[in-house]
Amino acid sequence: MSFVRDYAFQGTQMLLVLLLSPLLTGFVRKVKARLLRRKGPPLLQPYRDLIRLMRKDVVLAESASWLFRVIPYIVFAGTWVAASLVPTFRGGLLFSWSADLIAIIALIGSARFFLALAGLDVGTSFGGIGSSREVMIASLAEPAMLMIVFTLALVAGSTQLSTVAAYMLSSGVGLRVSLGLALLALIMVAIAENTRIPIDNPATHLELTMVHEAMVLEYSGRHLALIDLSSELKLLLYVSLIGCLFTPWGIAGPDAGPAVIAVGVASYLGKLAAGGVLLAVFETAIAKMRVFRVPAFLGAALMLGLLATLLLFVSGSL
Amino acid sequence: MMVVYALYGVAVLLALAPIAVMLAASPRATGIVYGASLVVTLMQGVIALMSLIDQPTSTATLPLGLPWLGAHFRIDALAAFFLVVVNLGGAAASLYALGYGRHEESPQRVLPFYPAYLAAMNLVVMAEDAFSFLVAWEFMSLTSWALVIAHHRDAENVRAGYVYLLMASFGTLALLLGFGLLAGSDGNYAFAAMRASHPSAALAALVLILTMIGAGSKAGVVPLHAWLPLAHPAAPSQVSALMSGVMTKVAVYGFVRIVFDLLGPPDWWWSMVVLGVGGITAVMGVLYALMQHDLKRLLAYHTVENIGIIFIGLGLALAFKANGMALAAALALTAALFHVFNHSVFKSLLFFGAGSVLSATGERDMEHLGGLIHRMPQTAFVFLVGCVAISALPPLNGFVSEWLTFQAILLSPQLPSWGLKFLVPAVGALLALSAALAAACFVKAFGVSFLGRARTLAAAKAQETDSNSLAAMYFLAALCLVAGVLPGLFIDALAPVAQALVGDTMPHQSGLAWLTIVPIAESRSSYNGLLVFIFVVLSGSIAAFAIHRLASDRLRRAPAWDCGYPDASPATQYTASSFAQPIRRVYGTSVFRAREIGEMPPPGATAPARLTVELRDLIWDGLYAPVASFVGFATDRLNILQFLTIRRYLTLVFAALVLLLLVLAI
Amino acid sequence: MHSLNFDIAHMLAGSLVLVSFMQLYQDRLYALLNIFALHALVLAASVAWQAFIQDAPHLYVTAAIALIFKAIVIPIALHRIIVRLGIHREIETVVGVGPAMLLGMGLVALSMVVMLRVTAQADPLAREDLAFALSVVLLGLLMMVTRRNAVSQVIGFMSLENGLVLAATGAKGMPLVVEISVAFSVLIAFIVIGIFLFRIRERFDTVDLQALDKFRGERE
Repeated sequence: MSFVRDYAFQGTQMLLVLLLSPLLTGFVRKVKARLLRRKGPPLLQPYRDLIRLMRKDVVLAESASWLFRVIPYIVFAGTWVAASLVPTFRGGLLFSWSADLIAIIALIGSARFFLALAGLDVGTSFGGIGSSREVMIASLAEPAMLMIVFTLALVAGSTQLSTVAAYMLSSGVGLRVSLGLALLALIMVAIAENTRIPIDNPATHLELTMVHEAMVLEYSGRHLALIDLSSELKLLLYVSLIGCLFTPWGIAGPDAGPAVIAVGVASYLGKLAAGGVLLAVFETAIAKMRVFRVPAFLGAALMLGLLATLLLFVSGSL
Repeated sequence: MMVVYALYGVAVLLALAPIAVMLAASPRATGIVYGASLVVTLMQGVIALMSLIDQPTSTATLPLGLPWLGAHFRIDALAAFFLVVVNLGGAAASLYALGYGRHEESPQRVLPFYPAYLAAMNLVVMAEDAFSFLVAWEFMSLTSWALVIAHHRDAENVRAGYVYLLMASFGTLALLLGFGLLAGSDGNYAFAAMRASHPSAALAALVLILTMIGAGSKAGVVPLHAWLPLAHPAAPSQVSALMSGVMTKVAVYGFVRIVFDLLGPPDWWWSMVVLGVGGITAVMGVLYALMQHDLKRLLAYHTVENIGIIFIGLGLALAFKANGMALAAALALTAALFHVFNHSVFKSLLFFGAGSVLSATGERDMEHLGGLIHRMPQTAFVFLVGCVAISALPPLNGFVSEWLTFQAILLSPQLPSWGLKFLVPAVGALLALSAALAAACFVKAFGVSFLGRARTLAAAKAQETDSNSLAAMYFLAALCLVAGVLPGLFIDALAPVAQALVGDTMPHQSGLAWLTIVPIAESRSSYNGLLVFIFVVLSGSIAAFAIHRLASDRLRRAPAWDCGYPDASPATQYTASSFAQPIRRVYGTSVFRAREIGEMPPPGATAPARLTVELRDLIWDGLYAPVASFVGFATDRLNILQFLTIRRYLTLVFAALVLLLLVLAI
Repeated sequence: MHSLNFDIAHMLAGSLVLVSFMQLYQDRLYALLNIFALHALVLAASVAWQAFIQDAPHLYVTAAIALIFKAIVIPIALHRIIVRLGIHREIETVVGVGPAMLLGMGLVALSMVVMLRVTAQADPLAREDLAFALSVVLLGLLMMVTRRNAVSQVIGFMSLENGLVLAATGAKGMPLVVEISVAFSVLIAFIVIGIFLFRIRERFDTVDLQALDKFRGERE
C-alpha cells in the first residue's frame, strides 16, 4: 500500500512541477509589470503562449540538422527529470536515491550542453554569441554550484536531497555561517543559471545583448514550446531548491497524513509566491551587467562557496 | 599460467614486426598486420579479464636479460586491470586501423612498429623487476617515437619527435634513478625484494619525487607535459589514440606500482604533492585545450586534464591510506582507476573520430571544417557520444568516475592534517572548474567541426568513413553507455586491486536493488545510472508522444535569421577562436597573457580588417626555454674540448690520474 | 550543541568578514564609503549582540560609539573631504580584483589556521570568533597595501581597527577606557591624515601615491 502511495506521490510531484512552472513565470512577469505601474499580461498567459506555439508550424533553417530537432526533447527530458527529484511539498521521494544533488546539477548541465550545441547548429553568428557566452557563464556557475553542494553535504552528511532536506528540518542544524554563505552563493548562481537580470535579460529583443535567447533564436513552433517550458521548469527547480534547503518548514514527511500534506502544498505555493515576488523586485531594482562583469559576479559566488567549504573543513561547528 | 599465455601473446606481437617489414610492399599488409594485432590483443584482453576476476596471481621467469636476475613477469590484480585497459585500447585501435590504415601513404614506416608498440606496453604492465620494466618502457618510447615521425616530411612532426625523445629519455633517467634507490646497495632489482625492504623516509621521499618526474612526464602532468601536444597529434590517428588513451595509462600504472606497492606505507605529506600537481594539471590542461583550434591538439591537451583528475584521485587515496582510513582510500583509488578505464575508452573514441575527419577532409584545423554532421552523420553521432561522455554528463561513464571522486573529496574533512584541510577544498574547486571548462571545450570541438555550415570546400565534400572504423567507434560508444549505466560491475571488478593496494574495498555493489552504486553507505549517497537513463528516455518519449498527439506536425525550411541582410557566406559563422573568446578573456589574460589586437583600416580604404590573437605558453617560456638555452650555452662552452692540442689532452689525462690518486689517498 | 546565541554571534562575525571582502572589490570611492558605513553597522550589531549575551551593559556604549562615529560621522566627513579636495573618484588598485580576492581567501585561511592552532585549549566558539576577527584585521591590511588612493587606505586602516574591536568584545570583557583611547587614536590619525591630504593636494595636485613616489626621488 505504501509502495503505491509512494509511486502516486512521485507521479504527482512530476505533474505538479510541470503544471506550476508556467504559472510561476506568469506570476513573476505580473509582479514586475505591477512594479512598473503597468497592468501586465494575465497570470495564465504563459500557458496560452505554449498552446499557441504548439499549434504553429516549425520553420527550420536550411542548414539545421537532425540534432537541432532532437535537442528540445533532450533538454526538456533532462530538466523535467531534475525538477521531479527536488522535494516540493513532501519529502522522501521514491527515486531520490537514484540521483543525488550532484547528479541533479549534472543533468541540468547536460541540458545546457545540448542547448549550446543547438546555438551552433544553424551556423549563424547569433547562435555563436549565445553559445559562447553561455559556456563562459556556465564555466563559473557550475563550480560555484558544486561548492555549494559540498557545503551542504558536509553539513548534512549526505548528498541525497531528501536526506539534506530532512536534516535542515531537524533541530540540530542551527544558524551556521557556512550555510549563510552557501545561501548567498546559491541565490547568485540561481540568477545566473536562469538567465535573469543582471546576467541576461529574458525579455530583450536585441541580439547583441542576448545569452539564452540567442541560442534558441532559430527555434519555432513546438520546439520552442518545449524549450520555453524547460526554462520555466528550471526556474521552478531553483526556487524549489532554495525553498527546500533553506526554508524547509512545511515540507511533509514521508509518512504524513492528508492534513499535513495539505499544509505542505500550501506552504510550497507560499514559498513559490514569495520567491517570485523577491525575484521580480530584485530584477526591477537592478540593471543588467556588461557581459564581462559577469565573471566578477560569478567569481564572487565561487569564492563564497569555496569559503563556506573551507570553513567547514577547518571547523565542524562553523 | 595466465602470465605464460600473455607472454606468448606478446611474442606473437613481436614476431609480427619483422613480418610487417617483409610484407610492407604488398597491398594486403595492412589487413594482415592490423587483423593479427586485433586478434592477439583481444585474446590478451580476455586473459587479463579472467585474471582480474578470479584467477590468483601468476608469475613467470624467463632466462633473458641480466644473468643473475633473469626477467620476471607477473600478473596480479593491478597488472590484470591495466592489461585489460591496454588491450582494449589496442583492439579498438587495430579494428579502427583496418579501415583507416588504408589511407596511409607510407605504410612501411608504420606497420612494423605498431605491433611492437602494443607488445612493449603489455610487457611494461607485466614486468616484475626493474630491469625488464625499464627495458620495456624504453622500447615503448622508441617504437612510439618511430610512429610519431612516420610522416617525416613535415618539419613539425620531426620537431615533435625530437622533443618527445628528449622528454622520454629524461623520464626514463628519473625512473632509473628511482629504481636504483629502491634497489639499495645490494642491487636487488626484483620487485619482490623491493616490496620486502622498507626504505627510510628521506629515501622514500626522493623516490616519490623521481617517480613523479619519470612516470608523470610520460603521463603528461604539468609542467612536464610539453611533449604531449606536440607528439600525440603528429602520429597517425590510431597511434594517437593509443598514445593518449593507453600509453598515458601505462605511465599511471608505473606511478601506482611504485608509490602504492613498492614504497611501503606512505608519509603524510606525499598526498599533498600529488594532489597539488593533479589539481594544477587538470585546470591547466583544459585551459590549454580551450585555446586550441587544431582538433587533435585539443584532444591531446585534454588528455593532460584527465591525467590531472586521475592524479587527484590517487592523491586522495594516498592521503587516506597514510591516515589509516582504508575504506575511503579504496573509494578514492577505485574512482581514479575507473577514470583510467573511462578515459582510455572515450579518448580513443574521440581520436578515432578526429582521424576519420582528417582522412575525409584532409583538415585538422577546426576553422576549416563545419557542417560535417550532414556529410558524415554516423561519425558525428559517435563523436557526440564521446563528447558527452568526456564532459562528465549523466548517464554516461565520465560522470560516474567524477561523481566517485567528489564523494571521496567529501570524506576528507576527517583527515587530521592542516595542510590537507586547506588543499582539498581548493583541489575540489579546481576539479569542479575543470569539469565545467571541459564541457565548454567539447561544445566548441563538436559544434565548430560538425555543426554549422561548411567553411571550406574540403568540408563540403567530405564522405562518411568506412565500416571498420565505424565499428570500432560504435563499440567504444556502446562501452561508454554500458559503463555509465552499469557502474557496479566495474566497481566490483576493481575490488581486488583496491584490496591489494590499500587493504580494503568498497562495499559490494552487485547485490543492491536496481543496480545502484553506493560508495560508502546508503544513508550518505547513492547513484543509479540505469534509472537516470531510463527516466530521461522515458520523459523524452512522453514529451515526444504528447507533442505528436497535441501539436501540429507541419514543418518547412527557410533561410536562417540574418537581421534582414542577405545571407552571408559561411565565413561569418562563429569560429573556434571566436567561440573561445569570452573564456580567453576571463582566464587567458592572466594564464596565457592573451592579447587581442584588432587593426581596422580607415574608412574608405579597401584593405581587410585584421584580428590577431597572441597567446604565450608561460610554462614553455619559463621552464623549457631557459633550460634549452642553458644546455646550449654549456655545450658551446664544452665544445672547446674538441679542439685542444695534444699537449692539452695529455694534461687532462694527467690531471684525472692525479685526482684519482688523491681520492685514494684521502 | 549549537546554541542560538553563539550561532548569531558567528553569523554577525562572518558577515563582517563578508563586508570586508565587499570593500576589497569596490572601485568607486563613494560606494566604498557606503560599504564602510555598512561595515561599521555590522560591527555595531555584533558588539550589541555580545553585550546582550554576555550581560555587559558597557559594551552597549561601545556599540553606540561604533554606530555614531564610524557608521555616520566618519563616512560623512570623508565624503566632504573628497568633494572639497576633488579627489579622483576611481580607485586604482595594484593587483586586479581577481588576485585580490584570492589573496583575501588565502588570508582568511591563514588566520583560521593560526587561531585554531594557537588557541587549542580555549573555548571553541570564542576561538572561531577570534579567527574571524583576525581575518578582518588582515583584510584591512590587504586593502591598505593594494590601493593607491590615500582615502581608501584610511578606510582600510579603520576597518582594521573594527576588527580589533570585534576581537576585544568577543573575548569577554574589555573596559571602556580602551575603547575611548582607541577611538581617540583613530580620530587623531584621521585628522592628521586629513591635514596631510590637504597639504599634499595643494602642492602636488594629486593624492595618488605612485605619483608622490616619483617626487620623493626614490623611483625612476
